[in-house]
Amino acid sequence: MAKSLISIRDFSTEEILHILDIATEMEQNKSQNILQGKVIACLFFEPSTRTRLSFETAANRLGARVIGFSDVGNTSISKGESLKDTIKMVANYVDMIIMRHPLEGAARYASEICNLPIVNAGDGANQHPSQTLLDLYTIRETQGRLENIAINMVGDLKYGRTVHSLLQALSNFNASFFFTSPDSLKMPDEYKEFLNERGLHYEETSSLNEYINCCDILYMTRVQQERFRNPMEYEKVKNFFRLDASMLEGVKPNMKILHPLPRINEIATDVDDTPYAYFYKQAENGMYVRMAIIAYLLGYK
Amino acid sequence: MEKKNNQLIVNAIENGMVLDHIPSESIFAVIDILGLSSCTNQITIGSNLESKSLGRKGIIKIADRYFKNDEINKIALVAPKATINVIKDYKVVEKKRITIPDEIEGIAKCSNPLCVTNNQAIKTKFKTVVKEDTVEFVCRYCEKTTDIKSLKIIPQ
Repeated sequence: MAKSLISIRDFSTEEILHILDIATEMEQNKSQNILQGKVIACLFFEPSTRTRLSFETAANRLGARVIGFSDVGNTSISKGESLKDTIKMVANYVDMIIMRHPLEGAARYASEICNLPIVNAGDGANQHPSQTLLDLYTIRETQGRLENIAINMVGDLKYGRTVHSLLQALSNFNASFFFTSPDSLKMPDEYKEFLNERGLHYEETSSLNEYINCCDILYMTRVQQERFRNPMEYEKVKNFFRLDASMLEGVKPNMKILHPLPRINEIATDVDDTPYAYFYKQAENGMYVRMAIIAYLLGYK
Repeated sequence: MEKKNNQLIVNAIENGMVLDHIPSESIFAVIDILGLSSCTNQITIGSNLESKSLGRKGIIKIADRYFKNDEINKIALVAPKATINVIKDYKVVEKKRITIPDEIEGIAKCSNPLCVTNNQAIKTKFKTVVKEDTVEFVCRYCEKTTDIKSLKIIPQ
């Protein structure tokens, strides 16, 4: 079976570091024709403009051509075609499939029914490993290391797949964690237990101010309105987890603010001009990391 | 049926297998897992029988049929403490214990409604994780854990 990237757990620590090193090389040399003559499919069974453009640009910058669809409206999937048949058909045409699907496990299944490298660009609430890798890349870029990072995760820690995957990945590098969330969206016990088993330190709070001055990375996430049954509760919480420039006076000089984007109102725009804002560069890094993933899985790096 | 030395006597069989110490609530799941509803052999099924260790237990006797180990181990999902007696000429010639397989395929449904296996025609696959006195099932696809209480058996 071809090497695929379905879950961050599919890559060993060495492989993760290798991907980050290739990504550094990609950042220094943004156009490389190493995949000339290759065709890559980007199959987006649910729309995600940001992720799709990032992957497609990454493939193009490596010299590959891209085919695919950005939503299922105009495809035979809307006529009831099974996932299996769509994958089998496309697999005949291309050298790699990058896919996003609303059902959890869809990418793993695709990797079992064809002999091509599959990149999971998100399967429901399950995994989105290129996001985790670009987060690691950005943390290493801003701090000069991955070991012993103090990270403050803010927002929806209960349902946020991004923070769960990042927590698992950082647990290999002796990180310490601060969890800042409303009481109703706290980090699930299974992840806290996971940290306990590994002897890693964490603190929990419902106040954004509490651990803001002692972290290296402030990882902000969106608190989604649909998570709240009571709209009043959402209104209260929404402003409580809003970061503005005045809150940054006592932070560590090396501290950087990351966010998987899109942001709604959890980071005020006055933060953008501070030296701590790093989320635009983080999004840019996504492209280098995706170039690295594609080149690695196709055996070119 | 009569009681004799505190032992229940459900028709003895000449040759075949006796699956004993099945939790009563799992008896129909075992029937589904082994596909007994389409089996033409003589089968005796007992449920809610008294048992010292389980309180109430179920028992299944199948005449003239011997399941292979990997077939019988599938019932570990719902009856991990079951004992298997191999009967030849009215005598127990072998007693077997159930062992929980590392992986199970196509027997149970994933409890996550958004899992791809619940929405497309895909055979389920789980890794089994033995914890203290229970078993959990990690879906190969959605990576979610299903505990034994929410495990639904797919009739074979």
